[in-house]
Order: sequence, then C-alpha cells, then structure tokens
Amino acid sequence: MSENANLRDDSFVVAGTTYHSRLLVGSGKYKDLDETRQATEASGAEIITVAIRRTNIGQKPGEPNLLDVVPPSQYTILPNTAGCYTAEDAVRTCRLARELLDGHKLVKLEVLGDEKTLYPDVTATLEAADILVKEGFDVMVYTSDDPILAKRLEDIGCCAVMPLAAPIGSGLGIQNKYNLRTIIENASVPILVDAGVGTASDAAIAMELGCDGVLMNTAIAGAQNPVLMASAMKKAIEAGREAFLAGRIPRKRYASASSPLDGTFF
Amino acid sequence: MQIQLNGKNRNIPDHSNAQDLVELLELTGKRLAIEVNREIVPRTIYAQHRLYEGDQIEIVHAIGGG
Repeated sequence: MSENANLRDDSFVVAGTTYHSRLLVGSGKYKDLDETRQATEASGAEIITVAIRRTNIGQKPGEPNLLDVVPPSQYTILPNTAGCYTAEDAVRTCRLARELLDGHKLVKLEVLGDEKTLYPDVTATLEAADILVKEGFDVMVYTSDDPILAKRLEDIGCCAVMPLAAPIGSGLGIQNKYNLRTIIENASVPILVDAGVGTASDAAIAMELGCDGVLMNTAIAGAQNPVLMASAMKKAIEAGREAFLAGRIPRKRYASASSPLDGTFF
Repeated sequence: MQIQLNGKNRNIPDHSNAQDLVELLELTGKRLAIEVNREIVPRTIYAQHRLYEGDQIEIVHAIGGG
C-alpha cells in the first residue's frame, strides 16, 4: 500500500462511526447562518457542535434555523451542555437534545465550574458522565488536562475524552503538551483537544502530539476571516496528523549538515 | 389558563394539549423538544399530553454553540 493510500485510510472511530476529518467545529459566534455554513464547509468537519437553548417564542415562522445550514443528514450533530454548572442541568440538556435529534445518542458533556476560567467542574463532570452512560448516551467529555481524570472518564464509559489545551475561547494554544502526551499514551478511546486553540499552528501542534482530533469554535468564528481560517485549520490538522504519522526527527542541540561532506572541491 | 412558557407567564386556552400549544406558537414542523415540569414530552404524544394551569414548559431548539 502506498503512503498516500495509508493517509486516505487514516480515520478514527467515535461511538462506532468512522470519521475521516479530525477537525471538529463548533457553530457558535458566527455573524450569521450563511457564514456558519461557509466556514463549516471550508473546515471539512464532519462533527459539528450545537447548543440547546430556549426557542424564541414569537419568532417569525420560516426564519432559517441552524440545522437548515448544518443538516443532520450531512453532518454528525454534537449537542453540547455548554453553560451548565451542575450535573443535573447537563443531564437534563442531554435528554432534551436526544428528543430534539430523534433519539440521537452522541453528546458533548461539559460541566463548568467557574465563569472566569470556564474550567470544568471535574467532580460534577464525573457524576454527569456516569448518569449519561447508564442512560445509554455516547458521551464525548470535555475535561481538564489531568491524566488520572481522563482515565477515570474513560473507565466510566465515555466514548471520547476531550482535554482542554487552554481555557475555552482564550486562543492561548497548547499549554500542556506533556499532560496531553500522557493522556494520549494512557488512552484506549479517542483523545480530542477541546478548547484553547488560537491559530493553525496550535492545531498542528495538537495533532503532532498524537491527538485523534481537535474541536474548536472561537479560533475560527472569531478570526477576521472565519471562512479562510476554517480552511487553514483543515490544512493544519492534516499537516499535524501527517507529521505525527511520519515521525519527527529528534531534537539536537547542535547542527547536523544536510549536504554530504564527501566530494567537496574546495 | 396560565402556564409558564420558557420562563414567562402566558395565557393559553383551557384544555390545551402540547400539540395545541405548538400550533398556537406557529412552531409546527420545527425541530424542537418540549419539557413539561422537567419531564420530556416525546413529539409522538404531543396531542395526548394535556396541559394544566401552572405547568412549567420549556421549548428548546438547537442554536450555534461550541
């Protein structure tokens, strides 16, 4: 098999479904639904997160809906529990999402602990994950970069563990390479970096570490040109993945000549 | 009768069911989920789910989020 064929076959599996794009994107913070659609298409993502919120009562009938521009027939919709600060609210949100999406079981669990950092409340996350797994949900879980906790969430039965790279929406990039490496090494479910990516190089670094994928929203939607950034992220994810598979050279303190030393005529 | 809909008081005709409410709000055919007093009402039984005075109803949908 050629190396190119290897790469074409490179895929990962979440809850029994095979995905070829390792970039997962959020659908928040865009200026309008048309921009959401264009950026989502440019990203090549197959899994798109959505939030569950109250319907605007009195909204004009026929007004476009998010799921018209990212249709569940075309994308895997990943409802999140963003904004939930208790296990109870998170579980309630997932149950509503399952009804909304016709019994769809895949959810992104996040239980937040603090408005300033949006860091996960890990004890509440464990509690909610346990309930949701027992209720038959396929739980992709947002968590801190703690390797012990990541393993615990896997043991509970989460189908993917998604440690943060930096606080949500911060754009600070990969702050915790060694923890992420440890989490990846220990894992037998996909590990996706969720949150903290700022630009394309951050996404490439996450993939070079061996993550199965990266989930991002603000880095794309908040860019000056979101559609162009979506395209950049797609390439960065692919480049980082290829570099990981290719195996980088070791770091050395001093130079190593690239041209042969034999045959010089001077 | 008065219900609480998405956090706000609202008057709807007596003896309404969940289907009537969806129609009243012109949400027929929209992709949404309904919770009455924190219990999900599956869309297959909207017409059978009778609403009562003081019911706390949440109607939710999917919006952009990360």
